[in-house]
Amino acid sequence: MTLATRPMQGLDSGQLLLICAAGMVTVAGIAHTAAVGLVDTQIAIAFGALVAAGELARLTMPGNREVAPIGAAAALGYTLLLDVGGVPTRHSALQVVAVMSAGMTLGALPHLAVGRPPRLDAIARRLLSGALLAFAYRPLASLLYATTDDGKGTWWVVLGVMAVLITAMLAADVVIAAVLRAEQVRTALRVAIRDELRMAAPLGAAVAASGTLLALASHSMNLAALVVFAAPLLVTQVAFRKYAGIRATYLQTVRALARVTEVGGYVEPGHSRRVSHLSLAIGRELGMAEPELLELEYAALMHDIGQLSLRDPIPGGATVLTDPVQARSIAELGAEIIKKTGVLDRVADIVRRQGDPFTGRDVPPLASRIIKAANAYDDLVGGSTDRDRAAAALERLRLDGGDEYDPAVVESMARVIDRLTPATRL
Amino acid sequence: MRELPWPAKVYLVTVVGVAGVLIGRGLVVPDRLGEHHWPTLLVLALLFLVCESVPTLLNVEQAAMSVSFSAALAAVVLVGDVGAALVGATAVLSVRPGLPLHKRLFNGAQFAICGYAAGWVFEWLGGAQDVPSVDRFTDLLGPFMGAAAVFVPLNAVLFTVMLSLAGQLHLDEVPLRGIAQFLVSYLGYATFGLLIAGLWATVQSISAVLVLLPLFIARWAFGQYLAQQRSYDATIAALCQAVETKDYYTRGHCTRVSSASTMIAQEIGMGPERMRAIGYAGMLHDVGKLGVPTKVLQKDGRLTEEEYAAIQLHPMRGLEIVRGIDFLDEAFAGIMHHHERQDGKGYPMGLAGAEIPEFARIIAVADAFDSMTSDRAYRKAKSIDEAIAELRKQSGTQFDPVMVCAFVKAVDRRGWDPPGKMPAPKADEIVETVAKDHDDPTAPIEVVSER
Repeated sequence: MTLATRPMQGLDSGQLLLICAAGMVTVAGIAHTAAVGLVDTQIAIAFGALVAAGELARLTMPGNREVAPIGAAAALGYTLLLDVGGVPTRHSALQVVAVMSAGMTLGALPHLAVGRPPRLDAIARRLLSGALLAFAYRPLASLLYATTDDGKGTWWVVLGVMAVLITAMLAADVVIAAVLRAEQVRTALRVAIRDELRMAAPLGAAVAASGTLLALASHSMNLAALVVFAAPLLVTQVAFRKYAGIRATYLQTVRALARVTEVGGYVEPGHSRRVSHLSLAIGRELGMAEPELLELEYAALMHDIGQLSLRDPIPGGATVLTDPVQARSIAELGAEIIKKTGVLDRVADIVRRQGDPFTGRDVPPLASRIIKAANAYDDLVGGSTDRDRAAAALERLRLDGGDEYDPAVVESMARVIDRLTPATRL
Repeated sequence: MRELPWPAKVYLVTVVGVAGVLIGRGLVVPDRLGEHHWPTLLVLALLFLVCESVPTLLNVEQAAMSVSFSAALAAVVLVGDVGAALVGATAVLSVRPGLPLHKRLFNGAQFAICGYAAGWVFEWLGGAQDVPSVDRFTDLLGPFMGAAAVFVPLNAVLFTVMLSLAGQLHLDEVPLRGIAQFLVSYLGYATFGLLIAGLWATVQSISAVLVLLPLFIARWAFGQYLAQQRSYDATIAALCQAVETKDYYTRGHCTRVSSASTMIAQEIGMGPERMRAIGYAGMLHDVGKLGVPTKVLQKDGRLTEEEYAAIQLHPMRGLEIVRGIDFLDEAFAGIMHHHERQDGKGYPMGLAGAEIPEFARIIAVADAFDSMTSDRAYRKAKSIDEAIAELRKQSGTQFDPVMVCAFVKAVDRRGWDPPGKMPAPKADEIVETVAKDHDDPTAPIEVVSER
């Protein structure tokens, strides 16, 4: 989640590849357009302005995904455009790329000016998926326009081709996003594709419909209607912005309030944050999907909240060293508090079973097993990054593995820790 | 139906009758609705019905946004006045859950009347009732605006009259902001109707799908947003209560301060965004108390200056905890300064008068009031009147008179539900109680001067 604040650092190889590809396409598009000149200047400027406006109004969806639905729809509309008021358009795919990149740059400038640079990989992906569609569709444009019989015949063929190509583009976009994400957060590609699809489907459908609408509307109305036709999407964008906002606030609030146990002296400073980080990394490693990960994160953050009901803080707050009866009662009390929300029942269940041993017939949920191991590890190691201490703690958990802790969880924790502390390796 | 008062019944029958006459006359008179119109009419009616059947209530209580408006107005252009009336009348068949027959009848009739009137205006302004040809879009604009300008207010008037006759609405309670919001959103939907009509010549019914799909997705997203919002409110309340379970007598304090602060905010006319923010600020105002050592809170008698300083630190501690949350900055100011006093003798900064942020002045009143009207280990709860008298007495020295006045008015109007008697804790239950509530203006904390 820290990536948003430092977009230039920590780029993975996939991201670099994507950015390079987008950069090359942009250079080709702009060079070509500069060489042959802008065709249908007015139309290009109108759509470019809409792309810029959309980029200006970009938003960040849950999971730190940057999207610009209005910009994407405008780019889509410009790509799909066959005629304006009965006059066929002749712009090439490379010109589409040039208009898109110019619009995006323009729209990103005000954000840059106030110190919010766009995420390079996100903007590159937007550009590249738009370019893909342009290269597939623009060569067909005059052919397709002929099937409409100069705007008087049927539009069904055009609509069909549009639908197929847009679907293909959205699918490609999802796959690119999933590959990047899988690399970035170290999760399985299969899981990443499912997550991306779930996030992209509603907004993608809205963008596709609006983009098609823009292209078709320019047939019967002139460019002045362009802004009006972006209106349905504007409503959608407002709704999604609100949704993304409350999701972000929710997570921030749980993170913040989980810290009251630290302020109250019940646990060591940073304990809940560290346990939640480690738990999330293990959960991803084990292929958990995003909704489950969110529950895991909430549960990990609040796993010690039951201590608030204790009369006196346990010295040091180390629950791994307290007796099992007390640990169980803390888990029960915590689950009771979370249950009071009336909405986080599954999180409450995870917290309730965080102390249960791995043996026995009734195996606790995966999230509980992860939190149990991560909590024990943090109790032993704390904020220290000393590798010897980490190795000793892991060894101790391994000894209890299969009995107290889930061996699969402990092993993937070992991999995660090995990855997270490479700096101290000599 | 039975629970309706008789003027409402008369009104209902009149509206239904007028709609019936309009549609009947239109169908009898030849050439009003040509045969080639029927397929279009059918598609539009279906569309209207689908839109009307989906639950429509959105975030504002005053205005239920309904996409069906777009379909009705598209019908005005595409199938004329009688056609629009017929499309509107299909609202009777709506399958929206929880809508009894008489309401559906009224909805259908009023939509029919609005559709007819809008169609008439459309034609009067020179609009041709037919699928507009591709190159004639601009001719459509004027008449369509006229039609929408009649449809939307007429709909609002017919509906408002019904609500006020049925006694569900008191005209003085309708906020102007709500009406403006309602009109703007419906004019927006009217635009979408124009889009559907304008594109009909090219791709027929697909135009409706293309226009309405983003709107339906928007509604879905709004639904998700509302669900998250509710879930969020429940979670923040539960977590705040968890923080205060330690002290037996202050349980529920945070939620009550939150609602009292919201009452004051509403009374002084704050916007919805700020009202929500002050609700959260009121909820979270004391989370920092957990950082105050229990032995200080429980100490009987006078505190040392050092111990008092620990108590004075709790607003800052609270701010430290919640700083990572994306609230309005005012909410943070409210949490940090809720123990400032008008005379400048409060803490942590000793601000005075107008220097104290508005949110903090509001929370201060709500906080003290709830403390006084709740039982404490060392005293019983005061009555609401006593507590208000105390607020009045301290107004100007401790509290902002404006906020005290606003709160008194709000309590007069909407009442206040005090926490009720806390039974003395059971003998076997180990509870913690503070020796003196730091929020209680009638029992100031005494500090030993070490000098």
